[in-house]
This record gives sequence, C-alpha cells and structure tokens, in this order.
Amino acid sequence: MTASDTTVGAALAALPDLPRDADGPVFAEPWHAQAFAMTVSLNARGVFTWTEWAETLGAEIAAAGEAATGEDAYYTAWLAALERLLAGKGVIAEPERAEREAAWDRAARATPHGEPIELGREA
Amino acid sequence: MAHDHHHDHEGSELSETALRVRTLESLLVEKGYVDPDALDALIDRYENKVGPRNGAQVVARAWSDPDYLKALREDATAAIAALGFTGRQGEHMVAVENTPQTHNMVVCTLCSCYPWPVLGLPPVWYKSPPYRARAVIDPRGVLADFGVTLPETTEITVWDSTAEIRYLVIPMRPEGSRDLSEEQLAALVTRDSMIGTGLALSPAEARAKGLLQ
Repeated sequence: MTASDTTVGAALAALPDLPRDADGPVFAEPWHAQAFAMTVSLNARGVFTWTEWAETLGAEIAAAGEAATGEDAYYTAWLAALERLLAGKGVIAEPERAEREAAWDRAARATPHGEPIELGREA
Repeated sequence: MAHDHHHDHEGSELSETALRVRTLESLLVEKGYVDPDALDALIDRYENKVGPRNGAQVVARAWSDPDYLKALREDATAAIAALGFTGRQGEHMVAVENTPQTHNMVVCTLCSCYPWPVLGLPPVWYKSPPYRARAVIDPRGVLADFGVTLPETTEITVWDSTAEIRYLVIPMRPEGSRDLSEEQLAALVTRDSMIGTGLALSPAEARAKGLLQ
C-alpha cells in the first residue's frame, strides 16, 4: 500500500478524469483499504455471502450508534463485523486473534521508527 | 510498574485499528484464505479503475442509443456487463429512470449497499446515519440539502438497496445536450445524479466546471 499511496495521489492530481470521490481518494487511510480488500477477497472465496456481510455490518453500525459518523467510524464498524464473522465461521477464533494482536503490538513497540514492523520482533 | 509508560518513544506504535487489521491479514494469509498480492490488486482496482465514470458511460449510452436503453430496462446487469463493467456487488443491477413525473433516489437503510462496478465505493455521506434515516422519511428535505429542488408535481421514489439488488439512477438528459457526442454526454453525468441526490449537469454547467470543452 505505502508505495502506491504516492503514485495514486499523484495520478489523481494529474488526471482529473480518474474516478474519485469529491472528497478525495476513495480510502481515507490504508487500513480502510486493507479491511475492504480482505472482505472482498473472503467473499470471493465463499467464506461468507454478501447477505451475511450486510447483516453483520448493519448490526455493527447500529451498535456504534448515531454519533459514530465519518470514514473512520464506518471502517471501525467494518473491521468489527469482519472479526465477528470470521470468529463465527470458525476461521479465526477470538483467543487466537487476541494473541496475534498482542504479538503485533509488541513487535511495533520493539521496532525503531521508520523501520518496517515485522512479527516476532520483541523488545 | 510506575515507570513502564505506555508510549515508548524509541519504538513505533500502531493504532488499535491498524493492529487489528494486521492481525487479521497475517492470520488469513497464513491460513491460505487471502493472497497479499491479490489484496493489493483489489485495492488498486477500486482506487483507479472502478468508479462513477463507469456509470456515466452507461447513462450516456442509454441517452443516445434507444436499443441500449431497452436492454437496460430489461436486464440492467447484462446491459452494464456488455460495456465491460462487472464485479462484486453489481451482480443484480436495476436501472431506474428519472422522468418529469418521477425522481428516483437510492439509499441503503441497513448499511451501505452500493453498486461498486458502476459507481466505485460509496461517498462518506451515503454511509452516514442521517442520510440513511432521512432519505426515506424526508427525501425532499434531503434533496434540498444537496441543492436540488424538484417541481411539486414530481413524485420521489426512494429505493432501498440490499445485498441482492443494487440500483443505478438514470438521470434525465439535460436540455441543450442534443448535439453532444456520447463521450461528451458522459461528462454531464455526476456520481450524485446516479444516486439520485443530484441532477445531470447542463452543458453550460459542465463547461463552467471544465468537464466539457
């Protein structure tokens, strides 16, 4: 993602006819795009249907409440829906997910600024 | 430990959401559910290749080719696929035509269902609770917020997208566009006009925005 960010941005600026929202690129942050792409990929593999997806996402958005507006709130609900569906489908159980998240957090903190964060790196 | 501060100035820190995304992606890759290269290709596709310009081509063709309009009315999915626009979340398309009597507007009250192959990803407001709630209750008020005022005699029909059916609004062809080519016509078609929260631009408006020579 990071390498393409600048080229996409430059292309958007240089070519006004390229598809884009009035607000800018269709993804506000890289993780939005990653979460989106994983979901499309998993649906294409038949892990869940779009009906299941719409129901789960709808429930997460409703749970977040009326005050949760904007791109970030939307993709936060999207991410929660993805976690919930994957747990429900037995693809990633919650304990496994939590353990991996803690490992990424440790790796990030043990990585000096500017270096790529790699799993397994410990302080 | 009192000195074990949370923000380590030497190390990096990922936001909670970024951590959770990395978590899912690394596990899914390991388990063989997703391919990282395929993910990057998908992101590129939705950022660059899919978007409202696709839908604009469909509308411009419908305006200029009566046979295509007929095909679009009979089977929108097939007619749109005939222009090369296919993909996820566009499997069952329905085209709804605006007329002086009826204006069509699309919402997804449940979440954010949207016809990706023809419009790209939905804008922020489409996903917002106020739009999702008000579009059904007060469509005329919502249109006013978008700066659109319709004659009192025009009825507004609101279509609620679902996981199964996605709608594409065919806006009315603007006056003064008779002599334009299909490519020029496409320049008049805005994203919002295909959601129904806007109208197609007049040739003069499009020229003022630099969209038309």
